[in-house]
Amino acid sequence: MNKLKELEAQSIYILREAYNRVKPLAMLWSLGKDSNVLLWLARKAFFGHVPFTTILLDTGNELDEVYAFRDEYVKKWNLTYINAECPPIEETDPSLPPKTRAAARKTLGLKRVIEQHQFKGILLGIRRDEQAIRSKERVFSPRHESGEWKFRDQPLEFWDQYKTDFVTGTHLRIHPLLAWTELDIWEYIKQENIPVVPLYFARNGMRYRSLGEKDITHPIVSNAATLDEIISELKTTKQPERAGRAMDHEQEDAFEKLRSSGYM
Amino acid sequence: MTTNTLKLVVVGHVDDGKSTLIGRLLYETDSLPDGKLAELKAVSLKRNMPLEWSFVLDAFQAERDQAITIDTSQIMINRPGRQVTIIDAPGHIEFLKNMVSGAASADAAFLLVDASEGVRQQTRRHAYFLNFLGIQQVVVIVNKMDLVQYCEEKFNQVKANIIAHLQEVGITPQAIIPVSAREGDMLSARSTHMQWYQGVTVLDAMDNLVATDRIDSGFLRFPVQDVYKFDERRIIAGRVESGVLRVGDDILISPSNQMAKVNSIETWHAEKQVEARAGESIGITLDKQLFVERGDVVSHLENPPMLTTVFRATLFWLGHDSIVLNKTYKMKLLTREVNVIVQSIEYEIDTESLQKNKVEQLRKNQCGEVILRVQELLPVDEYHSLKHTGRFVLVDAYEIVAGGMISMKGFPNQRTLLEKRPSNLTQVKHYVTYDMRQQRSGHRGGVLWFTGLSGAGKSTLAMALEQMLFLKGYQVYTLDGDNIRSGLNSNLGFTPEDRAENIRRIGEVSALFADAGFVCVTAFISPYQADRNKVRRMLAQGMFHEIYIKADLEHCEERDPKGLYKKARKGEIAEFTGISAPYEAPLNPELIIDTVQLTVEQSVNRILEYVKETFAYSSTAEVVV
Repeated sequence: MNKLKELEAQSIYILREAYNRVKPLAMLWSLGKDSNVLLWLARKAFFGHVPFTTILLDTGNELDEVYAFRDEYVKKWNLTYINAECPPIEETDPSLPPKTRAAARKTLGLKRVIEQHQFKGILLGIRRDEQAIRSKERVFSPRHESGEWKFRDQPLEFWDQYKTDFVTGTHLRIHPLLAWTELDIWEYIKQENIPVVPLYFARNGMRYRSLGEKDITHPIVSNAATLDEIISELKTTKQPERAGRAMDHEQEDAFEKLRSSGYM
Repeated sequence: MTTNTLKLVVVGHVDDGKSTLIGRLLYETDSLPDGKLAELKAVSLKRNMPLEWSFVLDAFQAERDQAITIDTSQIMINRPGRQVTIIDAPGHIEFLKNMVSGAASADAAFLLVDASEGVRQQTRRHAYFLNFLGIQQVVVIVNKMDLVQYCEEKFNQVKANIIAHLQEVGITPQAIIPVSAREGDMLSARSTHMQWYQGVTVLDAMDNLVATDRIDSGFLRFPVQDVYKFDERRIIAGRVESGVLRVGDDILISPSNQMAKVNSIETWHAEKQVEARAGESIGITLDKQLFVERGDVVSHLENPPMLTTVFRATLFWLGHDSIVLNKTYKMKLLTREVNVIVQSIEYEIDTESLQKNKVEQLRKNQCGEVILRVQELLPVDEYHSLKHTGRFVLVDAYEIVAGGMISMKGFPNQRTLLEKRPSNLTQVKHYVTYDMRQQRSGHRGGVLWFTGLSGAGKSTLAMALEQMLFLKGYQVYTLDGDNIRSGLNSNLGFTPEDRAENIRRIGEVSALFADAGFVCVTAFISPYQADRNKVRRMLAQGMFHEIYIKADLEHCEERDPKGLYKKARKGEIAEFTGISAPYEAPLNPELIIDTVQLTVEQSVNRILEYVKETFAYSSTAEVVV
């Protein structure tokens, strides 16, 4: 099997495990490239259907093209969709640096929507190669009632046997794309012809490599205006993917703090 | 399109420099993103350390502060033609479960040894675990050569030690390389400090490793993950673990033993498939409606998985609490979840000295062999023949606590005992009915199945009972070791298969006697509940009477009428029930005769009363055949 086929098969296996073992199940659909790939893989796993709820954690501050994309594909793909509005910045932990606080609104929004709908499993499109902290994640990763991630005592995970038993009050974060790289994602998008938000393609020498909220996400300098150009750019770039995400860079452990309190 | 990624795990004793090696390799292969080096310098400076390569992977604040790796981490290295995923596994004993989580998915391993410290506890333990997890490609890196002044003699000493240990574990290393990760010796460039070394560098060794794919060539195993009915199709979903599945194949579903044909392989947004190979996640439809559920295993008719209620397993125990004898755990085998009982703990394997020790329990981070038992027939493969389907995990109170590998050594494949019934026979109707036989003899037929330890009194009671029943006018016959082993079963020995076949034949013969209207008494240890249940199923309902001749081991051993216990204790008899093989007391016997409390006469009277009640003839008694 070639690499993409192997990754696809593994992710489908994980999605099916999640759907069988964890109920009710939902998926965070940030509308970025990764969560679009995840949604596509779900349709492969379930033969054209998406048998769980999709959620956008909406700060009201997403980029306009992101909202437009959402409106189009909720209909087109016949999705069960929740628009989860995030609480204002005043409700976040004031000890965090300002841009990290802006990101922490999503953590609160997520907690709220989980509580409201009593979700036991949340599917997320995070990848190991995005960020050093995320590289230490498990595929099935338990969260405590407060949403907290106990990274010092993570469960055993091997031979494709995942932690699917958990105490009431906790929930699982499930990460079917953990083993994918940014390059894999784009090669798969090309192979499958998966629609993405147009902001990824360069206009006037700039493009978004990672999508986030308006004030804390910035485009990078690039001329990659097609899928092929993006793929060849990624093969040579030495820029980290999240370079344009301000919250990662405020403090050495900013992202660790965000994640251990429940961020994605 | 990129070719398959190689997954490479780096293991070794804590502090032997694993994270440093990886950080340095990332740097030398130009795999670090921009700004990472500057960030590392800043973070190291903040802690008053020289440039600390390990901080690339030790991302947690706590890891950097204590300079140890707590959890496993993965990072990509770009090599010409392929990517290599480097898995950093913690060396500290406390984090062994994280090491296992990291290492289990690897194709190959770098095993690090500190040149100044030599082979240490975790070096040995990790080597053992590599073999355990099935990782056969191992490169040994003797690190920190700078601390021993790049001394060739020192290297040779460490090399001899590690080769000897790996050989015992069962690993032949592909290379043993002297390295200083901190100084960058022998990573990509040859070292000027070690002109005496002529072998490969670390990067050469890495490029020589191969990604191990799943094997199509094994027997077909397609464990059912789920059954979907999103639309008009009823799709059986799962992943092919080994072998190849094709449209039109005749398949067998275990353990239910149903057969069907593969109608289609279903896909979405992909070309129509006619075959699926190992590793593919697919969905199939069958030519007929069968009851199929998660956990069932689809195979071809030839070479299906074995079926059993008992098996041997080599375990590595990683739970906080020790394994408890007779306790029930949840086993996850492929997609099947089933309760298992720990029937015995055979021995512990010291992962350092590789000695086998008799123990009462397995504690956290120990390995050993156990015998596990389940209630219902379970489809299994042996780990040495089919890796992916011969291994499992155990769950205790929400947590995975152990990994295990299945062996059937000493136990029969119960499938062979179920099947092999000729199918081209037609039954001829008797003119003499069962009811007519009852009428003539004045009592019903049936089997009094005595079970109990050797020396519990089965034969003594059987013979006495036979005599009493005969005197009272019953049609009665006793089957025991002497009249069965010397004739009907003279071709059977004492292997597990033969023992099971022995019981099966006795069961069939006793069923004939019962059908002929006899009271048939059998006197065999018949230690397994599953075997006794099998005989119960051979007989018409109500005809099988399980009678537990109960006496504890101590009393039986004291009686020892045939001197067998003495021989067994000396080790002259292998697999002797009660000493070196298990005895399962009946779960729901029709009658219990406690021969420690009762005399022979009292015991016989008790059974006579039972026979009088349950074997009484009545023309209206309905016998379901």
